[in-house]
Amino acid sequence: MTDSQSPNTGSLGGAERRPPPPPPGRSYNWREALAPSLISLISILVVFGALAWVITSAEQWPRIKLQFFNVDAMIAAFPRVLQGFWINMRIWLIVLACILVLGIALAVIRSLRAPWFAPFRLMVILYIDLFRGLPVLLLVLLFGFGIPALNLPGLPSSSLFWGAVAMVLSYSAYVCEIYRSGIDAVHEGQWAAAKSLGLTEWQTMIYAILPQAVRNVLPAMMNIVVALQKDVALLSIIGVRDAVREAQIYTASTFNYSSLIVAAGLFLLATIPMARLADYVTRRDRARRLQVGG
Amino acid sequence: MPRVQLSEVTKYFGEKLVLDQVDLSVDLHEVVCLIGASGSGKSTLLRCINRLVKADYGDIYLDDVPVTDQRFGKVGLHKRIGIVFQSYNLFPHLTVLDNLTLAPRKVHGKSRKDAEASALEQLDRFGMNSFAKAYPEQLSGGQQQRVAFVRALMNRPDVLLLDEVTAALDPELVGEVLGIIKELKAQGMTMVIVTHEMGFARDVADRVCFLEGGRILEEGDPNRMFNDPQHERTQAFLDRIIEAGRL
Repeated sequence: MTDSQSPNTGSLGGAERRPPPPPPGRSYNWREALAPSLISLISILVVFGALAWVITSAEQWPRIKLQFFNVDAMIAAFPRVLQGFWINMRIWLIVLACILVLGIALAVIRSLRAPWFAPFRLMVILYIDLFRGLPVLLLVLLFGFGIPALNLPGLPSSSLFWGAVAMVLSYSAYVCEIYRSGIDAVHEGQWAAAKSLGLTEWQTMIYAILPQAVRNVLPAMMNIVVALQKDVALLSIIGVRDAVREAQIYTASTFNYSSLIVAAGLFLLATIPMARLADYVTRRDRARRLQVGG
Repeated sequence: MPRVQLSEVTKYFGEKLVLDQVDLSVDLHEVVCLIGASGSGKSTLLRCINRLVKADYGDIYLDDVPVTDQRFGKVGLHKRIGIVFQSYNLFPHLTVLDNLTLAPRKVHGKSRKDAEASALEQLDRFGMNSFAKAYPEQLSGGQQQRVAFVRALMNRPDVLLLDEVTAALDPELVGEVLGIIKELKAQGMTMVIVTHEMGFARDVADRVCFLEGGRILEEGDPNRMFNDPQHERTQAFLDRIIEAGRL
């Protein structure tokens, strides 16, 4: 093959061969930039305004407003509900820390393959079957009322403590399974590599597998964190004076439900940012995977 | 005295016979290449040597001591036999330096300072000092595989096992890895190499073994094996390789 007649000089084409200019980027003409935002803003105002008008002009609205959105009642209930909500947040953080630790311990026990570990593996499997199969509410009642009633010497008798234990036990079963899926997702070659370097199974788990597993399950774990944040309110059933309980107390004395709306607002204020954070973590994780895969 | 000796090694995966009474001995400083089609048992044979795969029957000796012997313990054998894998298998969450020092620190009880000093020395030897702080995913395939070599060499093993170390690499990156293997041969490393790079096998091997159906059908000097194979199955395999343009 000869290239004497080929007009294609490749990328060494000389001065007259230029790449086309980069495509036009985002326009900085404010009219073009603002027009879409303005239109969407106006359309949002129109649609939601119409909805608000329809709702507030309904015959029943004044009654609904009085019952649920009574500003005076909200202000009156707010300090107590907020105080309760602070308890929610503290329980949430402590329970969460316990769950993450217990869950990972259970997952490790279940994933180790050494034969002498069999009884412990079996115990974890039974544990998961038991606590994942029972409603959290039932466990909270059983532990929160049942165990303090036993008056066991040397053990705390607070309902709050035992209710929290019930939540830890129940959630850990789920979290263990999430961690385990993350451990299973680590490539078999990692085990082989660690073993060939002389690491024991335990060392392999701790130094090679678990760090990757935790990274694998981070998005799924964020969901659990958000779910737990609001499920802590279940403890109100055993008399823990959290936000829901405080709101109920107010409702019981005034027959006005605005206090529950206050509690609802506080929960949303806490869970929505967590949900956004979860989205962000998921997106970043996805980007990382794509980058690695490509 | 052979450095590594396998005697009648047999391995089943479930019902499937993968290795059928394989005998193989590798002398000190010898480089043995295992060739054969996919599923012929060559990778399994390699992994039996350092007990990543446990043979069902047969014996494997390192310097005339069975690899199952108590005196190796768990660590001893892996200290003396290094392995490099097809897909590098570096730990993605650790930097290159931590990948190299993990085993010296956790298995051999070296201090972080000592382990890092010797890791940097090894990296320097292969001209990879600048990678020390990088994570594996920031490196090219060829660079990752070279790091995997250094990791396997950190224990100063007596035998190095290479499991299709160039198979996952882009063609233009194969050369830098093959270069390392040649250098190791020049330094007298005893190696058992599973490879599909026939040209390289001819170049570097002292002896080539052709496996099929879990048996070594033919073995010998690379020139004789490639130019004048005796067994008809070897001929057929090499013909297919030549047809595919790999020799």
